[in-house]
Amino acid sequence: MALLDIQNLRITYDTPDGLVEAVRNVNLTIDKGETLAIVGESGSGKSQTAFATMGLLPHNAQVSGSIKYQGQEVIGLSHEEMNKLRSNEIAMIFQDPMTSLNPYLRISDQMAETLIYNSPDGKRMKKKDAIAECVRMLEAVKIPNAKNRIHLYPHEFSGGMRQRVMIAMSLLCRPKLLIADEPTTALDVTVQARIMDLLVELQEEFHMAIVLITHNLGIVAGSCERTMVMYKGEVMEQGSTVDIFGKPSHPYTKGLLSAVPRLDQDEDRLMTLDRSFESQMAEG
Amino acid sequence: MSTKEPILSVRDMRVEFKIKKQNALPWHQPDILRAVKGVSFDLAEGETLGIVGESGCGKSTLARAIIRMIPSQGGEVFWQGRDLMKMNEKELLGIRKEIQMIFQDPLASLNPRLTAGQIIAEPLKTHFPQTSKDEVKKRVRELMEKVGLSARMINRYPHEFSGGQCQRIGIARALITNPKMIICDEPVSALDVSVQAQVVNLLMDLQQELGLSLLFIAHDLSVVKHISNRIMVLEFGDIAEIGEAHDVIHNPQSPYTKELINAVPIPDPIAERKRIAERRAAEANA
Repeated sequence: MALLDIQNLRITYDTPDGLVEAVRNVNLTIDKGETLAIVGESGSGKSQTAFATMGLLPHNAQVSGSIKYQGQEVIGLSHEEMNKLRSNEIAMIFQDPMTSLNPYLRISDQMAETLIYNSPDGKRMKKKDAIAECVRMLEAVKIPNAKNRIHLYPHEFSGGMRQRVMIAMSLLCRPKLLIADEPTTALDVTVQARIMDLLVELQEEFHMAIVLITHNLGIVAGSCERTMVMYKGEVMEQGSTVDIFGKPSHPYTKGLLSAVPRLDQDEDRLMTLDRSFESQMAEG
Repeated sequence: MSTKEPILSVRDMRVEFKIKKQNALPWHQPDILRAVKGVSFDLAEGETLGIVGESGCGKSTLARAIIRMIPSQGGEVFWQGRDLMKMNEKELLGIRKEIQMIFQDPLASLNPRLTAGQIIAEPLKTHFPQTSKDEVKKRVRELMEKVGLSARMINRYPHEFSGGQCQRIGIARALITNPKMIICDEPVSALDVSVQAQVVNLLMDLQQELGLSLLFIAHDLSVVKHISNRIMVLEFGDIAEIGEAHDVIHNPQSPYTKELINAVPIPDPIAERKRIAERRAAEANA
């Protein structure tokens, strides 16, 4: 059985301008320990798909289709049931490390919170034990001097460090599935390389499946086995990363790949996306 | 390129910021952060100089100090032989129509209460107040077409445009005074790759057509390599390396440049995985 199985997912919003379809007919499966990349431009519905899986869509969103996590239907779960799933089974890292940490709380407080209310064995963990566990996790994501640093506030950390804290926090309950929504977009390339190395390393250590949502085709090439390309709420194609990059079958994927300047090649002119395939999309 | 007389020469540029210490008392000396530590370079006419470096290395600070948007603590900037640092406000205003700027956040850099037409016309009205209304309108339309916007969009507001279109408005606004040089501060960082390609191509076409000099600041090495004749790598406010784009990328001399280049992922699974394996092996040995 697949770890996550999404079938015919459709997300619509009722807006004053009429019904907006954010995601249309998305099918995807992820097995244990696998890494899947979802790539696409802004507005392609990649984050919406992730939010639906986490039950984090806004109230006015209408979801249809099915999202099964280990055979259990996720759509329509109550808050309590969803909360159990969220910490111990599925975790998420958000895009912006600057705004996704609470500025009023020390790192120790916001990290320990997860363990106190949601410890893996179901019992309430003592704060002291929780913090000790948090320190171990901060050490796992390679924050030096974690023992003292855990008592600092988020603003006392750099962007890369904050993203490490976010990763550590998401791993506290040993999730089986980690959804990383643009985890390196706000970071410098050198920091990005270190964070990606870290994610791959932690994946092996904790045997997690990772869904990596990104628009950076370079990091997909380096660390994901399978790739799914989305555009305007639809899946353009999915398959093994080597195939998709090597011989893309959809014109959109081809366009996306040739629009990226490469450091190891000299190109005269960047190809711009030919959107003529959209008319076929509308017909089909 | 180097045979030509430089259009812009920057000599020993220094920018410092005072930082108040935590719990400082009024008589305590503030800490000094040296953001730009004596940077010198030349820019030839029609040339593109790319400036790269990680966040906080002083790229934007340097650019802003050059056109005196922020004060500097030393150094000289010669614009066609005249020292910008010694000019008074009026002379500086005259220079600013020759040096224009494009900013990173396409939407935030446009006034939400003005229409696209008004935004693009603003520099023209400031620098050439004698221009007739019809002439202004004609120029705005011309430029909108030039940057790939339909002149019919002239009365729309910024929020009605996409990110790429907003950046085109920013480019049209920079071009309307017929500048000789444009400082582009991360002009494509906020855009999707397909839109990024369009804007990069547009900038390169305009440069060819109008003979512009570009100071192109970005943190994405691949984009900078694509657009620049020469590249300057900044590290903590110092020049780590400066040279022809091809040489800097394919034969980097400074360890910092090498580290930057090694960190840029290549969108090709086979090449990229080989590279990662090599990097890990090198790290394991070290």
